[in-house]
Amino acid sequence: MNHSQSSEKFLRDKQRTGWHDASLWFVREKRDAVAKAVPEWETLRTLASEIKQQVLSDLDQYLISFEKNAQKNGVHVHWARDGKTHNEIVFNILQKHHARSLVKSKSMLTEECGLNEFLLANDIEVIDTDLGERIVQLAEEPPSHIVMPAIHKKKAEIGELFHQTIGTEKGNSDPAYLTEAARQHLREKFLRAEAALTGVNFAIAETGGVVVCTNEGNADMGVHLAPLQIHSMGIEKILPRAEHLGIFLRLLARSATGQLLTTYTSHYHRPKPGGEMHIIIVDNGRSEQLGQEKFRQSLCCIRCGACMNTCPVYRRSGGHSYGSVIPGPIGSILTPGMPIGGHPDLPFASTLCGSCNDVCPVKIDIHQQLYHWRQHSEIRQAAAPGKKRLMQFAAWLFSHPQAYRLAGKTARLFLRMLPRKAIYHRWNHWGLSRELPVAPRESFREWYDKNEGKK
Amino acid sequence: MKVALFVPCYIDQFYPQVAIATLQLLRKLEITVDFPREQTCCGQPIANAGYEHYTAATVRNFCESFSGYDYIVGPSGSCVFHVKHHFHGEANKAGIEQIQKNIYELSEFLTDVLKVEKIDAQFPEKVGLHQSCHGLRGLRLGNSSEQVVAQYSKTRRLLEMVEGLQLVDLDRPDECCGFGGTFAVSQAAMSTRIGEDRIADHQRNGAAVITATDMSCLMHLDGLLRRQKSNIRVMHFAEILNGATS
Repeated sequence: MNHSQSSEKFLRDKQRTGWHDASLWFVREKRDAVAKAVPEWETLRTLASEIKQQVLSDLDQYLISFEKNAQKNGVHVHWARDGKTHNEIVFNILQKHHARSLVKSKSMLTEECGLNEFLLANDIEVIDTDLGERIVQLAEEPPSHIVMPAIHKKKAEIGELFHQTIGTEKGNSDPAYLTEAARQHLREKFLRAEAALTGVNFAIAETGGVVVCTNEGNADMGVHLAPLQIHSMGIEKILPRAEHLGIFLRLLARSATGQLLTTYTSHYHRPKPGGEMHIIIVDNGRSEQLGQEKFRQSLCCIRCGACMNTCPVYRRSGGHSYGSVIPGPIGSILTPGMPIGGHPDLPFASTLCGSCNDVCPVKIDIHQQLYHWRQHSEIRQAAAPGKKRLMQFAAWLFSHPQAYRLAGKTARLFLRMLPRKAIYHRWNHWGLSRELPVAPRESFREWYDKNEGKK
Repeated sequence: MKVALFVPCYIDQFYPQVAIATLQLLRKLEITVDFPREQTCCGQPIANAGYEHYTAATVRNFCESFSGYDYIVGPSGSCVFHVKHHFHGEANKAGIEQIQKNIYELSEFLTDVLKVEKIDAQFPEKVGLHQSCHGLRGLRLGNSSEQVVAQYSKTRRLLEMVEGLQLVDLDRPDECCGFGGTFAVSQAAMSTRIGEDRIADHQRNGAAVITATDMSCLMHLDGLLRRQKSNIRVMHFAEILNGATS
């Protein structure tokens, strides 16, 4: 299946499509309101973009000093070339501690590595503790959004899911009731957990510490209760200095959810007394992406999800339609260069409207990268296998002005003469929902020659 | 001032009135305009479909047609954006760079080069301005709603000079229409839905006419409107500035 087909399926439910679009547009508008209250917003974006690009230029050095500083604080640092290695490192740490249960706070990286499946296959209980993540975990679905993983689910559907999985009252979909039920359910998991794993929003090279932003405090809850803490991060999460957080935290929360700051910004520097702290630094295709000049900027991403909320296609097709770990515009430029699945035609899942560029807090040129990815032979082939001949013909036509004029004249003649049935049939995808333009007798050029004299 | 008129292929073939309006409008402003006859297409549909490498000859034809002019003016933000930002090639580097420097979308040319302060036209209608994406975010004909900058719109400012014309405010001031070139066909269902939502916004806010800097967006919206048998019409902004009667 490709994105075109999966989005067509989503679009069949018109009412639901409208609801999904409106939910995400609401978040976009919240983002607009808080961004516009910061007069220096565009300066912040420029600074963030420049810092991130500088980090990418000297990434090796930053990672080494991050490791050194973390180790100084008594943290165990591990390096994982790919997802599989990452999962094995986690498993080995757990085994060493005889830990059979792990609570996780939202991490897209572990989704990317397929950690849950791996641990479950090895008899380790894994519980996602972010409410949205827990919902999709109970529903046995992947997240459909990187910040709001269960945004595709309606209240009533969550009520039914909770009834079936954690035993809430049937038919009760009151958000307060469901949230409280989830809280009680998770509380018990937190208290029992032998290890906690979180993602990382920012890793500070100069301090060796990591920063995690959450709204539910679940990262803290997990880390503070379990004796063993693990933080998994992609190599691109580095910021040079702690003072840079002042830029990135402001941009992240506003761009992601329209908040001034996430409710919790947790800084972890060293293991708690008697505990153990591990950081796993994961590559999984990132170095390769870094080596591609046209696509390296995609690694500036701070996973705010604003490009999803603004994308007219994402809002009307949902995250699952992309088939990738990271959906939406950023997913469409990250996925083709990394081993993280996804439909093969993702760079074509866009009108190239460029709204993603303008909303991006670190100014990633998403729209240009989509264009560049489209030029890859396998990608364009996957999007429209039969297009090659047509494009070859068009290219020939557009470089032969006389042939172009004749073809235009003939096409217009056919459009005027042919019966409607011969034009509007099921292979005419334009005509399924739209009228074609009315073909005029004269092209502009013909009008010009007649009225202005052939020169 | 040597000015060449760039008429995108689909305007040449399907919307000659838009090119005529552009030509007449520029003449009213006392500009002598040439129409280079060997021009065809900028190659955008081919390049956006992933076949940019097939467009070398099309780019060459474009550059040959438009070399030697001080300004190249086209009534399409999207095609001008493509020429400005996607044309490249070692063979004719200097020629391409010259073209990229000299090419202007119409409202950009009227605003930045001619510095037009007055338009002699009447259009007593409620008009919805669809801010075509490539012109808006690619050429910065106005600020986008995502940006935190001073509000401006070159196209809007020109339309405001037209007597009697009343611009309606939209709920989503610059959402895409869903056309997207070949996207309109390869993702027809998505393209249609985005377009229908856009039309609904204009309708809700009382627009009788939808105008834009790009006829391609309007071709898509018009196709939907006519299928819906709607009373809303589309009209390129050059036609309105040139004194089209409502």
